Amino acid sequence: METEVIVFLILAFVAIGSAIGMIINKNAVYSALFLILNFATVAIFYLMLGAPFIAMAQVTVYAGAIMVLFLFVIMLLGAEQLKKADKGEWQKPVAILFVVVLIVEAVYLIFGGGGDLLPMINEVSEVGDPISLATKLFKEYFLPFQVTAVLLLAAMVGAIVITKQDKKS
Amino acid sequence: MVPLSYYVALSAILFALGALGVLTRRNTIIIFMSIELMLNSANLLFVAFARSFGDVSGQIFVFFVMAVAAAEVAVGLALIVAVFRNKHTINIDEVSGLKG
Repeated sequence: METEVIVFLILAFVAIGSAIGMIINKNAVYSALFLILNFATVAIFYLMLGAPFIAMAQVTVYAGAIMVLFLFVIMLLGAEQLKKADKGEWQKPVAILFVVVLIVEAVYLIFGGGGDLLPMINEVSEVGDPISLATKLFKEYFLPFQVTAVLLLAAMVGAIVITKQDKKS
Repeated sequence: MVPLSYYVALSAILFALGALGVLTRRNTIIIFMSIELMLNSANLLFVAFARSFGDVSGQIFVFFVMAVAAAEVAVGLALIVAVFRNKHTINIDEVSGLKG
């Protein structure tokens, strides 16, 4: 087996394991830390796929900013663990069954069902370097880029308004 | 070279695990984290296909998805904080005020 495939399989194992750890952990703080591990492995996948800029953005935006926000809210609310609830227990086996069926179907379709997917382009081109990315972003996708800026502003204002305390109460 | 189908399979598994988290957990914050996991698996698929086609557009969409995810997290966590302030719980089963 090629070295790259072995690296892929090890990283895939870590990614799936950390995702499962995130789901089954009772403590929300540990779940958040598992999710950070998952994001880091996905960033390494991006590096393997020739997308260094996206990989760094993944580490800074997802593993950095977003997960810090999550941990901050978990600590702020002091809601690491829920009290045991009786309701909704019947959902668990049904959900697990459906998800297992989904995974089996997807893997069957990808590997066994309908022919080969497109092959990977072998030579590493300059697909993911920051210069080509920025050129495309600011030439072809300039309007969506600015719409994103407006969206982020709206989200920021919305978050402030929603969490604002009423002075009267 | 890792075949594209491996990446697609990994992405499908991560997405399914995220869906499992949304369906089984009752803690609102963990449900949110599962949604992030699903968005992330879609991003992985975008980058894998961008590599396969040799086109940089897929990576630009990942960029946009990240921005939307950041906005979604900011508003969503603000909503969780507001709900917690009123109800003193983040169990999603107890936030059923709109149920008839």
